[in-house]
Amino acid sequence: MEKVKEKRRKTFTRRDFLKGFGGGAISAAVLPKLLAQEMSSLRTKKGNIPLYSRKEITLTVNGKKVRLVVEPRETLLDVLRERLNLTGTKKICNRGECGGCTVLLDGFTVYSCLYLAIRADGKNITTIEGLASADKLHPVQQAFIAKDGYQCGFCAPGFIISSAALLDKNKTPSLEEVKEALSGNLCRCGNYAKIYEAVLTASTRRP
Amino acid sequence: MRKRDYLKDIEAPSLLYFEEFGDKETQQPAVIPPPEKEKFKIIGNVVPRIDGEKIVTGQAPFTHDIQLRGMLYGKILRSPHPCADIVSVDLSGALSLSGVKAAIQLKEGKVRYAGELVAAVAAVDENTAEEALKLIKVEYKPLPFVVTPDKAMEEGAPQVLDQPNLRKINDYSRGDIEIGFKEADIVLERTYKTAVEIHQVAETHSSVAKWEEENLTVWDSTQAIFSVRDGLARALNIPASRIKVIKHYMGGGFGSKLGLNDYTVAAAKLAKEAGRPVKIALSRKENSICVGNRPSSLQTIKGGVKKDGTLTALYYKNYTCGGVGAGDSCAEPLVDVYRCPNVKVEEYTVFANTVASRPTRAPGHVQGTLALEGFMEELANELGMDPLELRMKNYSLKNRGDTGIPYSSKGLDKCYQIGAEKIGWERRNKRPGEGKGKLRRGLGMASQIWGGAGRPGTQADIRIHPDGSVEAICGTQDLGTGTRTYMAEVAAETLGLEPQDITIKIGNTEYPWAGSSGGSTTTPSVAPATRDAALKAVDYLKNLAAKKFSVNPDEIFIENKKLFNKNNPAQSVDFQALVREQRRELVFHGECSGRSTDYTYNTFGAHFAEVEVDLETGQIKVIKVVAVHDSGRIMNKLTAESQVIGGITQGISTALFEERVMDNSTGKVVNPNLRDYKIATSMDIPEIVPVFVDMVDSQINILGTKGLGEPPRIPASAAVANAVYNAIGVHISEIPMTPDKVLQALKEKEAAR
Repeated sequence: MEKVKEKRRKTFTRRDFLKGFGGGAISAAVLPKLLAQEMSSLRTKKGNIPLYSRKEITLTVNGKKVRLVVEPRETLLDVLRERLNLTGTKKICNRGECGGCTVLLDGFTVYSCLYLAIRADGKNITTIEGLASADKLHPVQQAFIAKDGYQCGFCAPGFIISSAALLDKNKTPSLEEVKEALSGNLCRCGNYAKIYEAVLTASTRRP
Repeated sequence: MRKRDYLKDIEAPSLLYFEEFGDKETQQPAVIPPPEKEKFKIIGNVVPRIDGEKIVTGQAPFTHDIQLRGMLYGKILRSPHPCADIVSVDLSGALSLSGVKAAIQLKEGKVRYAGELVAAVAAVDENTAEEALKLIKVEYKPLPFVVTPDKAMEEGAPQVLDQPNLRKINDYSRGDIEIGFKEADIVLERTYKTAVEIHQVAETHSSVAKWEEENLTVWDSTQAIFSVRDGLARALNIPASRIKVIKHYMGGGFGSKLGLNDYTVAAAKLAKEAGRPVKIALSRKENSICVGNRPSSLQTIKGGVKKDGTLTALYYKNYTCGGVGAGDSCAEPLVDVYRCPNVKVEEYTVFANTVASRPTRAPGHVQGTLALEGFMEELANELGMDPLELRMKNYSLKNRGDTGIPYSSKGLDKCYQIGAEKIGWERRNKRPGEGKGKLRRGLGMASQIWGGAGRPGTQADIRIHPDGSVEAICGTQDLGTGTRTYMAEVAAETLGLEPQDITIKIGNTEYPWAGSSGGSTTTPSVAPATRDAALKAVDYLKNLAAKKFSVNPDEIFIENKKLFNKNNPAQSVDFQALVREQRRELVFHGECSGRSTDYTYNTFGAHFAEVEVDLETGQIKVIKVVAVHDSGRIMNKLTAESQVIGGITQGISTALFEERVMDNSTGKVVNPNLRDYKIATSMDIPEIVPVFVDMVDSQINILGTKGLGEPPRIPASAAVANAVYNAIGVHISEIPMTPDKVLQALKEKEAAR
């Protein structure tokens, strides 16, 4: 354990150093590969577990390819929000209880707060910022506006992503199916009834 | 009945809440403009939120989303002990960790609840800040503590605040209850208990602080930018004129984000120390234990009634527990709603080593209504009377149970009538629990009273730029109710424009003053102020057009972006062209006017619920809720419906699920997260029918509108509880009505046979 801790300290120093160059998203272009793949291993009874202190990953986020170096402990949510400045995805509970951080990963919904960024290496991610096409909102987004499917709006991105994922798989869901599909998202303002209405409206609008 | 006198030396935010938002007996002098009877084209319709696109694309900036160059992340070290003396705090370990830019001590002396803040650090990222907290060495001397009201009231319990743990917070009486009870044919006594409920806002409490020389800018997730500014000025001992507080969007408040918070001061101090901006966003756990809750209640009502249903006496006693602060006074519904000449109220707060409670959407009224309306339902059963008939029998037209000042308008009777019709009131069990089978259906209802009159003196500006574009500006804040949208509606309606023509600027202390957004005051303050400013703009423009057409200003009307000559509608001038000719900026200042002291101003409503109870599992399913509200003129039907739907959903959540659980042995909250602290999910939502009686209150303000934030939160839990009573024949006197309590109550009913 002590060894791991020691390692962590070291990474802070490096990170400080890197932040000196402007922080934020660090692209591989300005980062020597050497730093990126620094690695040791943790010996256990079942064999050696590789320990990355940093790892270079490639994500396709909202259609754009990004290469960046992450710490293994960084969640996809933190990488999206803090490194890529995609703050539409919200951190509400940060432990997989509320759905506020829901994104699409290769077309499936995941709680990005429970998903490590290194695990998302090579995957396709859609966040709320990437749901609309260039000139048109997604039908779910349009319906949320028309039906007032939000109040404070903080949980709305998660609900919209979950709703879009539902309609991708089921073009004409029943009310019960909508409730079921959204049961992993919490809305504290309590506007579920309007959210169902929005999703059902969007379903009829889809081609 | 002002309660603050009792509470000079303790934290009592809920009581201050009533000082600030309550139905004040002395108002500003009456300067009421004539009520507006005209029909509106935009106001009151279904108008989608003008900021909807920002929200659904993730572009709406919340405080969590503020990212500044060089910004540090602050974290707070909190006491693990429910009561302890802080002997020493050593920050050196934290300061020596690379990436840590500041560390400060925030507390000396005694901590009084587990989670109270002690110190804070700011570092280059969140993980480093977390790490640094572990390196702060604090020596505590743990002291005896007590975390639940039952224990706190025991003989010899540790004193929470160096004074007795029990303190009177409300003492009210009228008439003589002894005489009242003598006149009664039936006397009934019942006790009701409500749990501590946590706000659990979506966006955890958060602040970002940035200094530029001696000027401080704070982005805060708050319901009260001006209170935060003024509080910071006091806490940091600098003039308010050097502080700017900004709130663009906020992820829920429900009363927990009124006024200055300790972490905001911490962020400002850390930012000063580090010379860089600092963001502090609390974790879900911190949010569950450190920023307030709805205090518990233990309410007893003893009431006397004549055979014909006339109330003769009401005696009310309440023990509320708000931790280290005072809890909620819950007597208001009982004092006000029904005509009753003889009333006596005694309320006590019980101190415990838990965080001070805070106002929670309709403080006191949610708890008080559960008790009062549950009592009325049981009383009706004793009398063999229709519960609705009993309520109408004791209907009052003045406050203080028909003994005080007349209401400016009261549409509660209409709410009863419409609600009963829409739910099919005749379908209820005539005797509670008379149904058959394993699944039992029942209907119940409850009434609501709340203030919501708005705040005279709220200011708004209309600015018309030389190019003809229009801004409506007000230093208010949108809690998610659609403030921007109704401001745009009001400005557009008045100026003959469309809502999308208006640019809305709110959420900044550099804008015209507005009060905290609490107490359902925002709409009835901000909408009239905006209207007033826009009317002044219209007057000005009419004068200009009148000169142009050589007519009197009152012969001009404004519509569809044009000003017309009434006598000759072919003669008109474009709004934009007219403004352009002025070659300067036009600014009009509006205010929310005062009100007559001859009236009392309240909102009313009634909820009707249908439930199904499974006698085998004790599970309650809410089938349908009809909610009818009198909140004066409705500004926007779409967003108003959302308010009602949200209030009902939260009310169901309170009735069935929500309870903060304390551990007596460790003094900690057992369920500080969203898994163990249950809130309503998409699977728990019934069919909801919101209805507005939409009566314009001709006394209250220039638009005849009242508040709507809190009203729909008030009767929902009580209506559900009463429906359960109607279904199973036994009133569950304790919320949340979890299956174990339902089964226990059924068992007791069986045993009593």
